[in-house]
Formats: sequence, C-alpha cells, structure tokens
Amino acid sequence: MPTNAAEGGESQGLLPIVPFLKIPADGDPYIDGARCKSCSAVFVGERETCSSCGARDKLESIKLSNDGELYVFSIVFRSFPGIEVPYVSAVVDLEGGGTLKGNLIGVEPDPEKIKMGMPIEVVYEKAPRKDAEGNEYLTYYFRPKA
Amino acid sequence: MSDVYVIGIDMIKFGRFPEISVPKLGATAAHMALDDAGLTINDMQALYSGNLGQAAAMVGQRILGEIGQTGIPVVNCANACATGATAFREGWMSIKAGIYDTVLCVGTEQMGRGLLGGGGGGKKGIPTEGLLGSGTMPAVFAEAGMEHQRKYGTTFEQFAKVSVKNHHHSTMNPKAMYQIETPLETVVGSEMIAYPNTKLMCSVNVDGAAAAVICSEEKARQLGKMDRAVKVRASVLTSDPYQERNLQMPDVNTCTQRAAKAAYEMAGCGPEDIDLVELHDCFATAEILHYGNLGLGKAEDAGRMIDEGETALGGRVPVNVSGGLLSKGHPLGATGIANIYEVCTHLRGEADKRQVEGARIGLTHVIGLGSACAIHILEKTD
Repeated sequence: MPTNAAEGGESQGLLPIVPFLKIPADGDPYIDGARCKSCSAVFVGERETCSSCGARDKLESIKLSNDGELYVFSIVFRSFPGIEVPYVSAVVDLEGGGTLKGNLIGVEPDPEKIKMGMPIEVVYEKAPRKDAEGNEYLTYYFRPKA
Repeated sequence: MSDVYVIGIDMIKFGRFPEISVPKLGATAAHMALDDAGLTINDMQALYSGNLGQAAAMVGQRILGEIGQTGIPVVNCANACATGATAFREGWMSIKAGIYDTVLCVGTEQMGRGLLGGGGGGKKGIPTEGLLGSGTMPAVFAEAGMEHQRKYGTTFEQFAKVSVKNHHHSTMNPKAMYQIETPLETVVGSEMIAYPNTKLMCSVNVDGAAAAVICSEEKARQLGKMDRAVKVRASVLTSDPYQERNLQMPDVNTCTQRAAKAAYEMAGCGPEDIDLVELHDCFATAEILHYGNLGLGKAEDAGRMIDEGETALGGRVPVNVSGGLLSKGHPLGATGIANIYEVCTHLRGEADKRQVEGARIGLTHVIGLGSACAIHILEKTD
C-alpha cells in the first residue's frame, strides 16, 4: 500500500509541508478544504470568504478526497539548484471538488506514458528534505491507480 | 472624452546591460520617445512608469532625475508582465479623463538570468518546488499548453513551430536580442526545460526599456503631429475571474478572452479587421492558446494555423513579427510598451524588411501571471 509511510502513526512527529495538509493525532492525514454553502465552490485549505461568489462566513470545512483525475502535467527537466530532476508536475481534479497541484510519482517521466484523464490517488509520505533545524515533514504525492 | 494618440514612441535594442542602471535604461528610452515626438520633458504633464524588479524603489522619479526633475506627478506601476501596458493605460486614462493632454509612459526592466517563479518554502518549512509540482514559469506554461493539447490535440511540433516562426521574424528586427534562424530540428533538439517547452521555446531574459508620448486629439492637431500619430482605439485591462482551477493553475485564457471581447467592442471592430498582432509569447505554448483567445481563429484550429503559416509574416494575420518575447526578448516591465512600439512602427509604415504591408489596425496583448491581461488596439491615422 502506498500510504504505508503515513500509516500506523508514522506520520506523527512530522510537520505538514503545507498548512492544508492535516495530520490528526488519531487518524490518517488528509487534504483540508472548504466548500461555499452559497455557491458550492470548493477550495483547497481554510477560507473565510468565497472568491467565486464573494460570500462571507459561508464556508464550511471539509476533507478533500484522496481520489482524483490527472488534468494536465509537465515533465520538469530544469529546476533550481538542489532540486532533483526530472519530475512530473501535475494538476489533479479531486472527486467531489477541489484542484490540487503536486508531483506525480510511479510513472516514467515520458509524455507517451502519462495519460491526461487517468485516475490517480493522493498518497502521503515523509518528504526527502529537512528544514534548517532538522525537522522532518510529511508531504503528498499523486500516484496512478492500479 | 478625447481620443488618445501616440505621437512619439521608441525602444532601446534589447540586450544585457548589467552596467547600466534601471533609471538610465528608462531615461534612454524616454529621450528616444521624446525625440520621436519632437518634444521635451518640459512638455510632459505626468509620467507613468512601469517596472517590476524595483517596484518599491521609485523608478519613475529616478528617471526624471536623469532627464529633468520638472516636478510633474509620477505614478509607479507594477502588474507582473502586464506592467508596461498598465503604465501606458494609466496614461491613456488620464487623457481620457481630461486631466492632462500630454503625458510620458515608460517601461523599464533589468533581468537576471535563469528561471522565474517557483521556490516556495518561505521563511519556515522546506521548499515545495519539486515536491508539490513546479511553480517555475516554463512548467506553468507547459501545463497551460498541455491543457490545449488535451482539448484539441495540439502537438509538441506545433508548439515548437511558434518558436521557429518568431525567431525567423527577429532576423528582420535589429532591435531584437537575437537575429538567428532556428529551424524546427534546432528548437525541438534544444535542452528540454519543462515538457513540452524546450529552451528555445522559452522567452529570453533581457534588459530593456520602451517609452511612449501620448496626447489628446486636440493637442496632436495643435502640435501638427497627426501625420505620424497612431490612434488608441481600445485600452482594456482585466484580471482572471474565479475558475475552478485557477488558484492552483493560473488561467491566462479567460482574462484574455474577456479583454479581447471588451477591446473589440471599444474599438468598434472585430478580429477580422486586425492586420497584425503582438501577443504574449512568453513561452511557445502560450502563443498557441492566444490565437483562439484573441479570436484570430477557432481554438481548435490553432495548430493548423501555425502549420499553414497563417500567423507568419505574409500570412493571414501575422503574429509577433518583432520576433516576440521568444527572440526579441522579455524585459518584464518594458514588454507592454515595446509591443505597442512594434505595432505603431508598422502602422507608420516604418518597419522596413518586416513591414506588414498595408497595415491599418494592430493589436497588442500582454499577460501578467496571477493574472492581469492588457490589450490595446491601435489604428493608423489618415
């Protein structure tokens, strides 16, 4: 199972790579989102005001799905110093709403092998980088569904 | 409200000038535009200055420090890659409003080399680049291009042909950074930066400056400048409205479509009346998107349009005959005014080897990611 690294409490003690990745003390990590009760727009992360309809205090907190579909991608061969290449940068539409950007793993970095529209899942793993104080982080990736 | 006319406009040759200060670059272009208009800084009632890299450093006032501190009002603009066009539009609005009748607009930029965008991490945490996808500009515009491929089947070679075309155009533009033919095999064979954008499908980071003197119709007639004046028939600025994906994936399409619609309405013309276009080819993928966005053809026909040379010099609607950002270069704050310079040069019949014959109406387009879209429609004066 690809989520092994984050299960059995292994995500405990790790810091979230972004604020919208939540690591509950008793449960699996998830992507936090918000849905507008006025216009149904779905956002990644917490919000107080809806940027679709402008409604204030109408946003409810939701867990976003770990299932989704690859919308588009790019294969990145040149990045900043210290960033390992190549990697696949992907935009994924989640089931039930919300669009997320991240790395697509478990595929060859070859445009012929990556199909836009293919089903993917969001998986959670320890990030291969530490901060200046030595703290470790939990990140998410996209992986094609078997 | 008075019509607004460009009576003086010019740009410096784009290149790398690390030894020249930003205000000095802007001052050089300002002097060139003033000379083109046959006026001096003492005739200018306000300065609208566009610069991104030193947005907090009063570039406009420092330009006046180089060319004449006349005490006129200065507005410093920053709007990503739409910065120069935004400064021009601020000047246009001031004349439309009847506040001034003659103003100077300058766009200036000094660029480093290398990738723009990305990074992440901030003060705390770890960098997200390469873990949560890529925020680099080549990748962001690669993804925008892949959306076009997903919808319309546009191919890597079709994207690459944009670069072949624009590099060919720049061989006829002495003010472009490069004047080098780059055949298709060279473009597709150059280093892959972010598929499908190779290095030669990325715009060139250069230093540059461009400037325009604009005035009311009454002033242009009073000064006897109507023979080379260019009429601003439309000036439009938009931001991107809410879209399902645009907080994660910048949308350069909707703001362009909306700006184009508003600009055609303001100008009282349609895309079929446009004789040449300078559009925001920050990456080869981007140019393809904007054929449909600007109504130059149907979105699904964009690949065919580049295949059949419809947007090359001599084609149905020539696009980026200056060489575009891909080969002329892209000094962010200067680009918006440099595009207007290119179109004015054709409308004045002064574009030499790359002249679009009989050009009467031209359109300029820039996108600042985040997003801002500015469109101007310009017309030759009889």
